[in-house]
Amino acid sequence: MDDVLLRSLTPSVLGILVRRGADFAAAEDAVQDALVEAVRVWPVDRPRDPKGWLVTVAWRKFLDATRTEAARRRREELVDEEPAPGAATAVDDTLQLYFLCAHPSLTPSSAVALTLRAVGGLTTRQIAQAYLVPEATMAQRISRAKRTVAGVRFDQPGDVATVLRVLYLVFNEGYSGEVDLAAEAIRLTRQLAAAIDHPEVAGLLALMLLHHARRAGRTAPDGSLVPLAEQDRSRWDTGLIAEGVEILQAALARDRLGEFQAQAAIAALHADAPTAEETDWVQIVEWYDELVGLTDSPVVRLNRAVAVGEAEGPRAGLAALAALDDSLPRHAAVAAYLHERDGDPETAARLYAEAAEKAPNLAERAHLTRQAARLNARLRR
Amino acid sequence: MAKYLLLKHYRGAPTPVNDVPMDRWAPEEITAHVRYMEDFAARLEETGEFVEHQALSPGGTFVRYDGEGRPPVTDGPFAETKDLIAGWTVIDVDSYERAIELAGELSAAPGAGGKPIHEWLEVRPFYGVPSTITE
Repeated sequence: MDDVLLRSLTPSVLGILVRRGADFAAAEDAVQDALVEAVRVWPVDRPRDPKGWLVTVAWRKFLDATRTEAARRRREELVDEEPAPGAATAVDDTLQLYFLCAHPSLTPSSAVALTLRAVGGLTTRQIAQAYLVPEATMAQRISRAKRTVAGVRFDQPGDVATVLRVLYLVFNEGYSGEVDLAAEAIRLTRQLAAAIDHPEVAGLLALMLLHHARRAGRTAPDGSLVPLAEQDRSRWDTGLIAEGVEILQAALARDRLGEFQAQAAIAALHADAPTAEETDWVQIVEWYDELVGLTDSPVVRLNRAVAVGEAEGPRAGLAALAALDDSLPRHAAVAAYLHERDGDPETAARLYAEAAEKAPNLAERAHLTRQAARLNARLRR
Repeated sequence: MAKYLLLKHYRGAPTPVNDVPMDRWAPEEITAHVRYMEDFAARLEETGEFVEHQALSPGGTFVRYDGEGRPPVTDGPFAETKDLIAGWTVIDVDSYERAIELAGELSAAPGAGGKPIHEWLEVRPFYGVPSTITE
C-alpha cells in the first residue's frame, strides 16, 4: 500500500523541490533517497502527513548533497528563499514534470525511462527489468536523460502530444517484468488527465482502458494469442469498457478530434459488440478514414484495409491493400487473411508462412505458423 | 527500443577487406584491437545501449538425442563447418539505423597495419515482446 502511495507522491514532491530551485538531476536523486528512507521508517513510524514528510526529508537530502564550496553559497541563498512547506500548487508541479520528462530533446527510450522514474516513482531496477536490460544500462539512460534536461527551464509550457506519445510507448510495452507497464501507463495517464483538461489526454486514457479491458481474453492459458474474433467476450472487463466509453464520449463531445480519440472510438466499437459478427465494421471504416486524415500513416491504411474487408467483403479489402507497400509490417498477414476469406487457401497459406517469417515476436510467429499449417493440412486432404 | 545482436564470425562471413590472420599482426596491433573492442563496449554502456557481450571459443561439439535411456551422440568439431560464431554484442537501441551505425563502428576495429579490418558483422533483430495492441 505504501508503495503505491509513495509512487503517487513522487512527482509532486519532485516538482516542489525543483520549484524551490533545486536542479532537476539533484532533486531527483534527493527524492529517491527520501523514498528509500520512507520505506525504512514508515512501517515503524508512519507520518500523519506523508507528503509533507517526504518534502522535508528530500529537501534535507538535497541540501546535504550540495555541500561543495560552490554549492554552499547557492544553498544559503536557496534556504533564504525557502517557502513554507505545505500543499500549495501540487497539481501544477506534477504536470510540469510530465512535460520535462517527455522533452523533445530526449530520445524516446530516454523519455520513457525518465518518465517511469521521475513521474512514476519506479526504481531503476524495476524499469531495467521491464525493458530486459542490465540495471547499469538503465541507470546510464536515466542519468543521461537527467543531464539532457538539466538546462531546460521548468516553467516552459510543454508539448502535450510528446507526453502522450511517451505514455503510449510505455503502455504498448506489454507485461514483462515485476511492474505491469500497461497498468503503470494507465495510472500515469489518469494522473495527467486529472491535471489537464485536454480531449486527446482523455482520448489516450479511453484507448488504454478499452484495450486493457480486453487483456484477459487476448491470450489463451498457454500464452498463445487469441484473435479478436475468437476471444471469449465474457472475459472482457465490462467496468473498464464502460469507463473508457464514458471518457471517450465526453472527449468526442468537445469536437476537437485527434488520433487517440479516433483510435479509442475504433476500440470502443470492438468492445461494444456482443459478438464478433455484430461488430459495426461500417462505422469502424469511417473512423479509419478519420484517422487516415489525421495521421496519413501507412499502418493505419493497412488496418483500414482489414476493416474494409469486413465491411464490404474480402475483394474490397484486397483492393484497398493493393494500394499499399507490401514491405509494411503485417502486410503479408493481412493479405493472407483476406485471401483465405476470398476462397484462395493456397495463396493464403503461402502468405501466412511468409508473414510468420517477418513476425515481430514469437507469439505472433507461432500464431501465423499455425494458420499456415491449418490451411496446408486442409489442402492436402 | 529494440534489441539487436551484432554477430562476429570466425568463419562463414564474407572476407574482410583487411584480411590478415591475427597471429601475423604486430603485438601492439593486437593490443590496439582489444582496446578498441573494450572502448566500444564502454561507450555503449555510457549511452545506455549496452545489454551484453560474450566471446565464444572456436571448438564446438555437435550433440544429438539417441533414444530413450541412451547417452546423447556427440560428434565434431567439424573442420568443414561453414559458419563459426566468434562472439556477439547485444545492444538495445532506438532504431534499426542506429544498430547499423554501431555495427559499422565495431567493424572499424583496427587490425594489421593499424588499419580498420572492415570485418563483416551480422546484425540480427531480437523478437520483441507482443505489444499490448495487436488487433
